[in-house]
Amino acid sequence: MSVLAEVPLAPNPVEAFIRSERIPHVWCPGCGIGTTVNCFSRALLQSRLNLERVVVVSGIGCTGRVAGYLQLTSFHTTHGRAIPFATGLKVANPELTVVVYSGDGDLVSIGGNHFIHAARRNQDLKVICVNNFTYGMTGGQVTPTTPLSAISSTTPYGCFEEPFNLPFLAESAGATYVARWTSYHVRQLTHAMGEMLRKKGFSFLEIISGCPTLYGRRNRLGDGLDEMKYFKDKSVVQHGANTKEAGIGFQGPIVVGKFVDIERPVFLEQMNQQLARTLDAQYAGCVGDYVPS
Amino acid sequence: MTDEPNQMSKGTGVAEKAKRIRGIVYINLNRCKGCGFCIAFCPPGVLVFSEQFNAQGYHPPRLADAEGCTGCDLCGLYCPDFAIYAVMTHKNGQQGKSPGGSTGEVLRAS
Amino acid sequence: MDSKAKVLAVRQGRYCVQADPAGVLTGTHFLDGDQACCEGALAAGCRFAAGYPITPSTEIVERFAQRAPLVGGIFLQMEDELASSIAIAGAVWAGAKAFTVTSGPGFSLMMEHIGFAVMTETPLVIVDVQRGGPSTGLPTLPGQADMMQARWGSHGDYEIIALSPNSPQECFDLTIDAFNLAEQYRVPVFLMMDECVGHMTEKVVIPPPGEIEIVPRRYTSLPPSQYLPYRADAHGVPEMVRAGDGYPIHITGLTHDERGYPATNYQAQEQLVRRLINKIRQHTDEIVRYEETTLDDAEIVVVAYGITARVAMQAVQMARERGIAAGLLRPIVVWPFLEKRLRELANQARAFVVAEINCGQIVQEVERAVSGRAPVVLVPGAGGAVHHPEEILEAILTHASTREVLR
Ligand SMILES: Cc1ncc(C[n+]2csc(CCOP(=O)(O)OP(=O)(O)O)c2C)c(N)n1
Ligand code: SF4
Ligand code: SF4
Repeated sequence: MSVLAEVPLAPNPVEAFIRSERIPHVWCPGCGIGTTVNCFSRALLQSRLNLERVVVVSGIGCTGRVAGYLQLTSFHTTHGRAIPFATGLKVANPELTVVVYSGDGDLVSIGGNHFIHAARRNQDLKVICVNNFTYGMTGGQVTPTTPLSAISSTTPYGCFEEPFNLPFLAESAGATYVARWTSYHVRQLTHAMGEMLRKKGFSFLEIISGCPTLYGRRNRLGDGLDEMKYFKDKSVVQHGANTKEAGIGFQGPIVVGKFVDIERPVFLEQMNQQLARTLDAQYAGCVGDYVPS
Repeated sequence: MTDEPNQMSKGTGVAEKAKRIRGIVYINLNRCKGCGFCIAFCPPGVLVFSEQFNAQGYHPPRLADAEGCTGCDLCGLYCPDFAIYAVMTHKNGQQGKSPGGSTGEVLRAS
Repeated sequence: MDSKAKVLAVRQGRYCVQADPAGVLTGTHFLDGDQACCEGALAAGCRFAAGYPITPSTEIVERFAQRAPLVGGIFLQMEDELASSIAIAGAVWAGAKAFTVTSGPGFSLMMEHIGFAVMTETPLVIVDVQRGGPSTGLPTLPGQADMMQARWGSHGDYEIIALSPNSPQECFDLTIDAFNLAEQYRVPVFLMMDECVGHMTEKVVIPPPGEIEIVPRRYTSLPPSQYLPYRADAHGVPEMVRAGDGYPIHITGLTHDERGYPATNYQAQEQLVRRLINKIRQHTDEIVRYEETTLDDAEIVVVAYGITARVAMQAVQMARERGIAAGLLRPIVVWPFLEKRLRELANQARAFVVAEINCGQIVQEVERAVSGRAPVVLVPGAGGAVHHPEEILEAILTHASTREVLR
């Protein structure tokens, strides 16, 4: 192995999107979160969006740390509240592309109410949920996505709560884009993230990801690589699948693909239309002068 | 290996002179946490664990088959620690293209 | 003034600009306190409100929902108070001036985001129209028992600013002040109303825009390469940027360094938390505001705020009619506390009488300031009603030197 003396032919694409001075990051060896960041950076690169207008909002958790590693305007808010913070940002400045990047506990346990309401309103937010079936940051407790019978620190005898099926939840609440992939599916993730960045409306991407340190170890699933191999072997690509049937059992098959991609007027369009219709010339337009298209 | 935080390794060596070279792998040795994703999911299987330890105490990958690398950058997509990536070379070996887009293009410098 | 010149003016000291005429309903009106508060927010340049309905505060956002679309603003009715209190923080980072409005139970839900606003130095305004508590308590009846919750209701150590209006006119005036103070110190500011003030209708004079002073947000003029989001000026307050302006800032509720990066260690905590506290404490004299009535020769100093101050005023007059040298000290800014003035008054006063609609909150602060140099007497109220002036008079009489003579 030669030690490099010359400048690389091209930099690592992720480098332009991360705060390199903060690397190494806090994530464990074999944790899937960093992998998703690679995909996100490639998606941003390909999107050709003006990065000055791209904002990333996270809640609290291992995944919540993503915001802090991205070399973008980023907010690390409070546990569960990334979506309402993002809502305030987006509504006050509709020109921003607002991405919410957080964990399953953050988004659908403590933040579950905000999640369904933002979907219902069709807020134009791109919500990326890294679902590792556990609360990573706090030591591996049960979450609303932990599969039945899986061990966690607070279900030491196995989980006995029916988990959420997130794509089904998102679709039922009104999301206009719903996809699920795993951290093994890096190209598909990149593609899906790109689609979300272009899509107007509440978009939801679930990324099934390994947490070798807690979920993997407690359930004797091996290391991060073993979890990746499970994702590879047990994923079933089924675009347009009925989300109701996309629930995940312990180490069972994982239905992946793009499930929903529909058009529905976004919150600000509906607001502007209603107000313009009722108030006519009196309507002064909201902050940011968003004009309904 | 040294404790230099960003000590880079390039996985081509002599093979670079060969016309057949299609990709170059760059490894930021001390960022690696030894998860093995890059090694397991490299399509042509050109990476192996190095016997050496890096500054964090992990075995980083090493390019075992330089001519086999296609520069697909799947290692770059998989690596959770931003420690490895690959660049496609043109025939003359002068211009790099990472599959994320055109030549490591950055839309915003800072 | 173009926006660049504005930024410069703002950076050069006590920079005040005129109100945006669009939001100012100049004239003489009959408004209740809630409506006046809404007009104050609009006059202050607030164009974003988020809230969740709760008596007796809802009228503020109902009016805002009606008025905002006419002046370029927006009201979001969120799914709960947790959402409302963080949505306004998001709006602020997008460049808006924003507030939320609530009462006891909703105020309790907002506590985590008060801490977030303190830690991230997000300038915003929270209005609490106090009702009787704890819990659901007395939804339609007054209370003043959230004063300590405003002070330290969120976890951790911090300083905030809280104002207490005693009339619809003050609901208007102090809401503007609240927005201005929030910008000046980059701190959440509370308008601690009560049900009585919120629902009482009185004359409210709204001046022309040119007479309303507005503190604009202090945006940096440094380029992204030189800007550090948490490098403070000599007053301990850093300059801001907006999302979308091309500054790749990271904002976190974790303890952070000047770059805004998490720094979870003792040194960073000492540096940050002390600055957050000192930027208020060291400006206490500038922030504190109070009204004095016949205090010059007072031997009995009555301390009361909000609606209770109006009742206390009557008691003071009744005492004066009986020849007792009583006076009223009415904190307008309740936090930070008017400690210095109380210490001075302790030199002349025989006793302090504190009336408040709770069972002893501000009275403890008065006791601390007076520190044993005179008796401090509480005239409490558990909530649900304002005091009778006679209750306060009774306390005044008990401690007056001339009591026996005049009775
Ligand atoms: C209000 C509140 N409650 C609890 C916590 C503690 N806490 C921090 S992270 C976390 C769970 C994070 O889990 P998840 O969202 O699944 O993300 P992960 O760490 O697995 O990526 C919890 C409960 C907190 N920070 N705030
Ligand atoms: S605890 Fe789990 S989720 Fe958190 S960094 Fe480690 S592996 Fe990843
Ligand atoms: S994927 Fe990255 S961290 Fe994992 S072994 Fe390869 S270089 Fe090391």
